[in-house]
Amino acid sequence: MFVFAGSSQFIAISMIGSGAAAASIILATFVVNLRHLLMSSALSVFLGKRRSSHLALLAYGVTDESFAVNHHRFLTGEWDWRRALVVNHTSNFAWVASTIAGGLGGQFIAPGAFGLDYTLAAMFIGLIVLQVNRVLHVAVGAAAGVVSVLLSFLLPGNWNIIVAAVSAATAGAVILGMHARESRRRKK
Amino acid sequence: MTHSEYILLLFGMASVTYVPRWIPLWLLSGRTLPRWFLDWLSLIPVAVLSALLLPELVISAPPRHLDPVNLKLFVALPTFLVAAKTRSLLWTVLTGMALYWAAGKVF
Repeated sequence: MFVFAGSSQFIAISMIGSGAAAASIILATFVVNLRHLLMSSALSVFLGKRRSSHLALLAYGVTDESFAVNHHRFLTGEWDWRRALVVNHTSNFAWVASTIAGGLGGQFIAPGAFGLDYTLAAMFIGLIVLQVNRVLHVAVGAAAGVVSVLLSFLLPGNWNIIVAAVSAATAGAVILGMHARESRRRKK
Repeated sequence: MTHSEYILLLFGMASVTYVPRWIPLWLLSGRTLPRWFLDWLSLIPVAVLSALLLPELVISAPPRHLDPVNLKLFVALPTFLVAAKTRSLLWTVLTGMALYWAAGKVF
């Protein structure tokens, strides 16, 4: 309940199992969660001036999934920080509740039953599609994916995700910038 | 691992999880940011999500190796179509799971 981050929980479990030191587990958690730094930056655009206590509450629930839902809603309008807060904390509650349910009931489900292995991938697919509303998004997404795969063989841990996302978004922003300059020049 | 080490681990993990999520909200909200930075931030979601997804689809483990022809990637194509058509997370996830499950039965 204090570490609201699925991937780092999995890593911690397996590292504790193999007898790793607390410091190295904390470091792994930090690296795995660095991507949320990018997500919070992207969300901050929509928040305006808020009391820092409100932001502190909101920050707790920034995850891959809640972020994608909130970012999409902010973009399409009719969304405010209160609703974002509700999304974040509802998903947090569901996470804790289903962790308990999984702990109690997990033994009755065969590994891989009902396509459960695929939920995460399918959810990412759904979330990506919600974000895409121009061709550049497809290009940036494809580039980020390919770079991420290649880098995953070169970089340790989850660094491939951060490096790939930053470089693909940067390339995309450069293209957007050049495009804007071009159209300004044409107007003159 | 001793009891106090567990407590330390819990606190350490909690802070490295929370702080990176909080600092950008706290520093960046309520400011007017330059255009290029907004452009960049608007591309971050799709970039991060894709960087998470594709390795999930084409890399098998253990040992970690590239596996470009596999069920996960194959099922991703119809799942993408359903996602684009319905724009609904629920339908996308249900389709993906059902197809992956059915494909696992057939192949």
